[in-house]
Amino acid sequence: MFAYCTDPSLLQGLAWLSCYLTSGTHLLFYASFGTVLLLLAITAPIALLFGFGGAMASRSRIAPLRWFGGLYTSMVRGVPDIIFFLFVPIALDQAFEWVRHQALCDTDAPVRQGNDFVVCAAAKLPLSNAAPWVHDVYGIFLAVIAFSIVFGAFAANVLSGAMQAVPRAQLETAEAYGMSTRQVNRRVLIPQMWTYALPGLSNLWMILIKATPLLFLLGVEDIVYWARELGGSKTSAFSYPHPDWRLYYFLGILVFYLGMTWISGRILDRVTARLSRGQATMGGEALRKGTPA
Amino acid sequence: MSCVQTIMDYGLRSIGLGERLLPRADYNLCQQATLIGSGLIWNLYFAVLALSVGFVIATALAVAKASANPWLRKPADAFIFVFRGSPLFIQFFIAYESLVLLPRAGIDIFGMTVQTSWLTRAWAGALVVLILNTAAYSAQIFHGALMSVPKGEVEAADAYGLTGWKRFRRVVWPTMLRLAWPSYTNEAIFLFHATTLVYFSGFPAFQQKGDALYYASYFADRTFNPFVAYPIAAAYFIAATLALIWVFGRVNRRLNRHLPGATSRVRYRPQLMR
Repeated sequence: MFAYCTDPSLLQGLAWLSCYLTSGTHLLFYASFGTVLLLLAITAPIALLFGFGGAMASRSRIAPLRWFGGLYTSMVRGVPDIIFFLFVPIALDQAFEWVRHQALCDTDAPVRQGNDFVVCAAAKLPLSNAAPWVHDVYGIFLAVIAFSIVFGAFAANVLSGAMQAVPRAQLETAEAYGMSTRQVNRRVLIPQMWTYALPGLSNLWMILIKATPLLFLLGVEDIVYWARELGGSKTSAFSYPHPDWRLYYFLGILVFYLGMTWISGRILDRVTARLSRGQATMGGEALRKGTPA
Repeated sequence: MSCVQTIMDYGLRSIGLGERLLPRADYNLCQQATLIGSGLIWNLYFAVLALSVGFVIATALAVAKASANPWLRKPADAFIFVFRGSPLFIQFFIAYESLVLLPRAGIDIFGMTVQTSWLTRAWAGALVVLILNTAAYSAQIFHGALMSVPKGEVEAADAYGLTGWKRFRRVVWPTMLRLAWPSYTNEAIFLFHATTLVYFSGFPAFQQKGDALYYASYFADRTFNPFVAYPIAAAYFIAATLALIWVFGRVNRRLNRHLPGATSRVRYRPQLMR
């Protein structure tokens, strides 16, 4: 990066550190923070959409749709999310390749042969001659789908709870005015439910932030990957030899996440304080006496 | 090899008893179900110990957080903030990396050598992280409940001349638990589910002794077939979660036994995840 970095072995102290922290691999490490933020920015709206669909489906009048919605809404209750994070990408990948195998290959050989999953070269995803960045993007794409499905299920949970919290009398009043089901949904249920859903959704945002390091499990070169890669002890064969520094890299990541959640937390705290003002509880009492709760 | 034989061989494989070598070829359903089930022992071990130790620490932390004394309140706030504000996954890595840095030979304290190598093993190191993590999350829940204890109950306790520990033990604490229990049930479910992270973070599975998900991903990797091993693991977790909800539901009923009709079913709300 800097002109004096040409021979790192001659450098000392701060000059060495400045060169070390701006080496090519470190720039990739900094870029991977962008990957995390990108994942957040893409996943949050998609998950909200999935959640909305799931919540609406679980209230549907068509039985199979209702069952599907109910299953989707409750799937995160009993099963750890990490199982889904491991399962969804590989299952999707095999599903895509299977479909392509049926369409593009003209062999009759079964896809599953013992412990192997065999598709012809034309059906591989991504193609074996594809550029490396295609593989990276495909990996991130599968990760985004996995995150969206799992967090969609969480959001469906929150939203269906919020829909049930909308006072029944309001919906009945709307019906009494002669609105159709669709009109009731659009004009009363959905605008009303956000008030009830807001606390749950802001929690979900925090949850999503804290789930992003799981990208590492999906094989994406994210911040955890680079922290392990860069922090591991480097022998003198490398241009910047150093002992095992992984702890410092992980502390850096910790600070990043604490900063992210701190900002979100400030906003939540303000809302909580607002809600307990004037209540005849210990929290309200503490506020009244002027001591911070 | 019959299924009974497989269960005899691999039923306790995750804690190092029975057959040492994992199956290598033609993995059948029985082997997968047995080994994944044997891994569940570790999930239960982590969940039960972390929840019981974490509960005690969480109560103390919640009281400290509600204290008017800044010397108690600030450290409790900071502890809760750090553990709730960062991903559990990262906490595991940091714990492992710092425990590895401890001297191999042990630390000399007053001429006694304290062994430290066992701390880098998952059963101890990961357990410590899980305890501290659940303590922070539960403390936040308990603090919220403590703030919601009706003012009248505390005033009534004052009127009866109850003070200090006695007032806390007999009036404030039971009400706090009663109010916190639905959220605490969710926290327990999430902690139980979070135990699957242990062997996917820094902590290595020593001699292939891992948890349910460790074996599930072992099989999925070997057979290239995620559609068998992961559903088996999921089924085990659903069963264990239902058992956990049942136990916590019983406790909830007991906590609310003086309020007939107040025991609502504990609703699942995903408030907390690492």
